[in-house]
Amino acid sequence: MLTIDALCKIYPNGTQALEKISLNVDAGEIVALVGGSGCGKTTLLRMISGLEAPTRGHAALDGEVIHAPHPAVGIVFQEARLLPWLTVAQNISFGLDHLPKDEQERRVDEALLRVGLAGYGNRWPRELSGGQAQRVSIVRALVTQPKALLLDEPFSALDALTRESLQDHLLALWETHRPTLVLVTHDVEEAVALADRAIVLQPKPGRIFADIPIDLPRPRDRLSPEFAEAKRLVLKALDGSINQPHSHQAGRVQSPAAGGSF
Amino acid sequence: MSEATLDQTTTTNAQPKAARFAVFGTSFLLGLVLPVTAGLLYEAAFRAGLVQARLLPPPSRVFTTLWKLAQSGELATHVLATTVRVGMGFGLGALVGMLLGALTGASRNARRLLDPTLQALRAIPSLAWVPLFILWLGIFESSKIALIAVGVFFPVYLGVMAAIANVDRKIVEVGRVFRLSRLALVRRVLLPAILPDFIIAIRSGLGLGFMFVVAAEIMGASEGLGYLLVDGQQLGKPDQILAAIIAFAVLGKIGDWLIVVLTKPFLTWQDTHQRGA
Repeated sequence: MLTIDALCKIYPNGTQALEKISLNVDAGEIVALVGGSGCGKTTLLRMISGLEAPTRGHAALDGEVIHAPHPAVGIVFQEARLLPWLTVAQNISFGLDHLPKDEQERRVDEALLRVGLAGYGNRWPRELSGGQAQRVSIVRALVTQPKALLLDEPFSALDALTRESLQDHLLALWETHRPTLVLVTHDVEEAVALADRAIVLQPKPGRIFADIPIDLPRPRDRLSPEFAEAKRLVLKALDGSINQPHSHQAGRVQSPAAGGSF
Repeated sequence: MSEATLDQTTTTNAQPKAARFAVFGTSFLLGLVLPVTAGLLYEAAFRAGLVQARLLPPPSRVFTTLWKLAQSGELATHVLATTVRVGMGFGLGALVGMLLGALTGASRNARRLLDPTLQALRAIPSLAWVPLFILWLGIFESSKIALIAVGVFFPVYLGVMAAIANVDRKIVEVGRVFRLSRLALVRRVLLPAILPDFIIAIRSGLGLGFMFVVAAEIMGASEGLGYLLVDGQQLGKPDQILAAIIAFAVLGKIGDWLIVVLTKPFLTWQDTHQRGA
């Protein structure tokens, strides 16, 4: 289980990015972090990954506090971030250095097959399209068989068609080992299509505004009324989260004198 | 997905060898047009008695001198002497420049400690060191190699430092996510990432190495292409000076070409607009 306990992040310049975030994600659960820009969703993800340290509080995987990148936590970034001097196969096996060569090859071949890129092992990253590169990036994170996979707006740079096909690929990959998925997105449709729960964050400082369960059977029909209803619920919460901060903000900065004039 | 685009990339990549060679040949010949025409015109003007060739001998005479030097074995001696000096000075300067550049590029503290001093030293015109080097190291090989090494050091140092400091944070983060040790990060991420810049730094270093070997040999040597230059000046033999200059050009070009050819296999991954040209 992924546990996030009273996590705060204050940047050196005084900006409070996150305020006391607490969240439990069950093993194998898919959670989407949704929110407007600047609500700290990427910051939260980077702290779960161990790339950044929280100011207070902590994130833990199965009770083990995460201080630095953890072997059982994988991450996929917004950009594919493939190493351009390695072939596709070498990129995928980048985190498999500790395994024997034939096991590496076996996992790479299987991974390529699963994302429809069989035979692409010897290509250079420059020869891939954006969607292909992102698929390689996802399997690079998954071949190490992490318990949790974090995804930071992984499909936001892709066109709508490619995005949908990659969401399906992601779900298919998730089915094999059922890792915990934490997906940061600003796309409500994506959240409803993939997640068991949508966590709506509100900005300044980043907090959890709503925790919406999405109890739809998989595979999900994007055109069904239930899907539309779930989307509507998340959108409504998102609207609320964006309109909320002003009143909240005013309350926080209110001086005693100003408070009296109300 | 976009199979069509992919196939296209592969075809431009796997251009037939012969075709590529033809393109190379054409651009090579095109580059020769200007110097060859100028040489032929001057030769013709000389044959027609239009120019006095005492100070600027025609190409035929320069190449005759070059040929004579080659036949007597003198040219080989001089070329060897110069090559050994450049090789040793370049090796020393490039190695130290690479190590210090990697250190200051990778560690902010090392940069704060070392870089101001090195930049101050860089501001000194390198030839100003000559008297000191001669006092310290004598007039023979050591002082010459030291001077060449100083010339090679700075471009390599600057190039490597800037390249390492400019490696994309996003790429370095990939290494962090996979928990690479510091050494593994250098080996598996930083070094391959800076390779293209490193090669440019090495090439400009070698260029400066040739510049400084001339300076060193002009200031006192009994052999080397620079010696041929001075000897030609003192004995009034412009054809010998020009022959030495041509030898320098060929030698420098071969050195640069060697770097390019030897490193090319490591750069096939690059995604540049002139790839394959």
